[in-house]
Amino acid sequence: MKRFVPLMVLLVMAGWIAGDWMPPKTAKDDIDLAKFGKIPVLVGGRVKPLDTVARNSLLIIHGKQELQLENGHTLTAIQWLTDVLFNAPAADQYPVFVVQNDEVLGLFGWEQSQRKYFSFTEFSPFLKQIEEQGDQADKLEAVQRSAYQSAILNLRNGLTLYQRLKNSVQLEGTKDFAAELETYIADLPDAAKAAVQAQRGENFDRSKLDEVAELIQKYEKISEMAYILAVPPVDRSGEWNSVGDSLLHSVATGEIHPTVLEYAQTGDAYRANDHGQFNQQLDLLTSWFAKEQPNAVKRASFESLFNRLQPFSQSMALYVLAFLLACASWLGWSRTLNRSAFYLLLLALAIHSFGLFSRMYLQERPPVTNLYSSAIFIGWGAVIVSLILERIFRDGIGAACAGAIGFVTLIIAHHLAGSGDTLEMLQAVLDTNIWLATHVVAITTGYSAMFLAGMLAIIYIVRGVFTRSLNKQTADSLARMTYGVVCFATLFSFVGTVLGGIWADQSWGRFWGWDPKENGAVLIVLWCAIILHARWGGFIRQRGLMMMAIFGNIVTSFSWFGVNMLGVGLHSYGFMQKAFPWLLGFMISQLALITIASMPLEQWRSFRAAENSSPDEHMPEPTAA
Amino acid sequence: MLRKIVDISTSLKLTIVCLAAAMALIFAGTLAQVHLGIHEAQQRYFQSWLVWWPAEGKGVRIPIFPGGHLIGGVLLVNLIAAHVKRFRWTRRKFGIHLIHAGLIIMLAGGLFTDLFAVESHMQLQRGDTKNYSEDQRHTELAVIDTTDNDLDQVTAIPESVLKKNRTIDHWSLPFRIVIKNFYQNASLKMSSEAGSSATPIANQGPGAMIAVQPLPPATAQDERDVPAAAIEIQPKDGGGSLGTWLVSDGLGAPQTFSCGGRTWMIAMRTARYYKPYSVTLQKFTHEKYAGTEIPKNFASKVTLIDPERNVNRDVLIYMNHPLRYRGETFYQAGFQQDDRATILQVVRNPSFIAPYVACVIVAAGLLWQFGFHLVGFARKRRVTA
Repeated sequence: MKRFVPLMVLLVMAGWIAGDWMPPKTAKDDIDLAKFGKIPVLVGGRVKPLDTVARNSLLIIHGKQELQLENGHTLTAIQWLTDVLFNAPAADQYPVFVVQNDEVLGLFGWEQSQRKYFSFTEFSPFLKQIEEQGDQADKLEAVQRSAYQSAILNLRNGLTLYQRLKNSVQLEGTKDFAAELETYIADLPDAAKAAVQAQRGENFDRSKLDEVAELIQKYEKISEMAYILAVPPVDRSGEWNSVGDSLLHSVATGEIHPTVLEYAQTGDAYRANDHGQFNQQLDLLTSWFAKEQPNAVKRASFESLFNRLQPFSQSMALYVLAFLLACASWLGWSRTLNRSAFYLLLLALAIHSFGLFSRMYLQERPPVTNLYSSAIFIGWGAVIVSLILERIFRDGIGAACAGAIGFVTLIIAHHLAGSGDTLEMLQAVLDTNIWLATHVVAITTGYSAMFLAGMLAIIYIVRGVFTRSLNKQTADSLARMTYGVVCFATLFSFVGTVLGGIWADQSWGRFWGWDPKENGAVLIVLWCAIILHARWGGFIRQRGLMMMAIFGNIVTSFSWFGVNMLGVGLHSYGFMQKAFPWLLGFMISQLALITIASMPLEQWRSFRAAENSSPDEHMPEPTAA
Repeated sequence: MLRKIVDISTSLKLTIVCLAAAMALIFAGTLAQVHLGIHEAQQRYFQSWLVWWPAEGKGVRIPIFPGGHLIGGVLLVNLIAAHVKRFRWTRRKFGIHLIHAGLIIMLAGGLFTDLFAVESHMQLQRGDTKNYSEDQRHTELAVIDTTDNDLDQVTAIPESVLKKNRTIDHWSLPFRIVIKNFYQNASLKMSSEAGSSATPIANQGPGAMIAVQPLPPATAQDERDVPAAAIEIQPKDGGGSLGTWLVSDGLGAPQTFSCGGRTWMIAMRTARYYKPYSVTLQKFTHEKYAGTEIPKNFASKVTLIDPERNVNRDVLIYMNHPLRYRGETFYQAGFQQDDRATILQVVRNPSFIAPYVACVIVAAGLLWQFGFHLVGFARKRRVTA
């Protein structure tokens, strides 16, 4: 019976995830927003589905991917965006903007209360003031801004983004857009004729000219404001346009781009609350895209699927569970729990890999392109190496490491995603797949290995000091694993660092520039070299190795995050003030562990239990360098 | 005694001490960049023998830490000595020797680069042709004989000489130049605007109306020093001083005077490296991703003309694709004036190959050594299993 427990655990979890992944059912007569969310648009230089635009915008403005209304009703991101695009007056009432800073609230004469979300309508009397204050804050470097300045700038950026969204596919407040477009296109030739006549000084039809001129003014406005470029290129070499731009081009072509018209009709149906009409127009729009932009449609629908599945949250949950099972296995019932943890980890890794490779497919890039993706990749690499260790040693240690590192790195990634699109376009310098695939991957693999070595060392110390479970055999195998992983880390960190130097030599003509990120990388290499030489020289034994491996966590976290907080150099993508206390806390926790480890061995519960056999005495002969 | 020196210089402890010192130095040097800027921090911490406190000033200064050159140098000696002493031609040790041979090449190459590499910039507007690059970090006082219409005779006095505030007597010049004041960094203002406290330090040319305010050296990455000096011209054939001129990088046009029957131009400008060939900017493009401000590519199309070697061709220099020519490499480094001008970084680094060689050797050594361990480990497990 016991033999089947692990399989059952796996099946239950797989079933739970499959259930979670089932597409939500839409009632037949309801509007098909899932379909609407799959329509490709160009934002931030990348073709993506409206669903992604909705999620990222809401994340930037609201801090979440869902919107809770005051009546308790919850809107999904795409529901919110549809209102913003087509029915701005309704969207203006939603409490989306987060303001928690009391000085910002004071600016509007509001007192701080429980409420932290406000609607656009509430801010509308203060827009000019917010703009001015935001501009002042914008002139400062991120490091120099006060809490008030950061908050007001945030609010200004949120409001700007919101207003641009509102005017992306039609001017906000337009009632009957399709009819307006028909008038526009019908009157264009007459207006053109009138304009020529007016120039020649002949009699002309002033009303036609004025009417069209007024519309053109409107379209100029949305052409300036648009955040979303919704109109795909007409031919292969063309570019994506905003609805406004496309309508201005119509003056020359005398035609309205079919998508513009279909967007207008879809919007009109949405405002009229005519579900049947909405779905019908949406079908027209999507079938046009399917025919004219098959590639964009393929990618966009895959991305919207990826958004819905949220693979990283699923694997995060699995990692926690596996970690707990693996830890429990040291207390008893070990084989069953161990095996269950291993199976769960395989499932988690499969989902994690699916997420990672999906991102690579969507971005057409190697796995690491920004801080967010580095967290995803570091976790992934560490999990794979841990699982290999688990396969070799079968003692739950690899599984516990995999669970812990997988979970923590994905949590970090989750918190790094707040600034919007995590699949952003790359700065010109980074636009090279060879170096991204070699240098960056090698460096981040080095990070993975460093964290894994640190985690192994933490297990050694926690189990040794606080439990009786660290017997000699376990201690020896932990030491061997840690040593092996440090060697692995040395290899990758060194090669990665040198490859970075070569990239720099190719791009800037200097192999080494003492840029903070470069220094961070070389610190890891130096630390690895110190660990290995100290061990070869016999200066450290098991416990020393463990303490140094834990310090490796500090060095690596400094290199990964710390240097970015300095705000200097070419690698300082994204200053993260908010992460600083966390980083500091992590470093202090590691120092605390090192302090605990330096406790005399008689105080360790494991060694007190096994009286005369302290592990240091059984340390195998160190190999001389 | 000798034995002791040999023991210390080959010891593993020394290696570890050096590595640890290097970590501490790099950590401190990285944090220092926040206030000092990359260039200054690099000078004080990494490209120095000792780190001093206080870093400058005339009072008592104490060395508080070994600098990059000292640590690197000791490490290099230690590496070489240890491996000469312990060299064994065995399969087990082969990887270790390879790794360290590579590291020796890398360290030595780094030292070489520090000593001999020259970095400069070439800034071109569309249609500009230049046969020199400029070193933004250094200035020179150029004294140009413009009497001949076809040929300018340039005498350039480097910043290091100007700094010493001496009299310059050069055989090619019919006059002596007395450096009266030299400011590493200064702000120039019309003396009418600057108020009564500042008086001009020159009595000739536009400098007679300009007040000079000394400033501390610039530290931010996008700022640079504006040096200034007052110089007096004294003809060698006697006849007393011609007057005092203000020269500065911050002044626009060069100033002219005549002496010894010839016309002279003086200007303080960024130091120039002349080349036997010229580069003309045809076009600079700055692409952005549609609908964003994110740069997608920068590219400069230039014409390279080298009469000595019969070269006249168009070259496209863009991100990650530099132009390599006659030992120098031109990189797309930036742009200015709303995309109308390009900035190319020009680097001459005779030891650029060292890291490439070192990298291959070290990586091979690491693979060999860890592969050796891994095979041993697997074999041991198979035996115990």
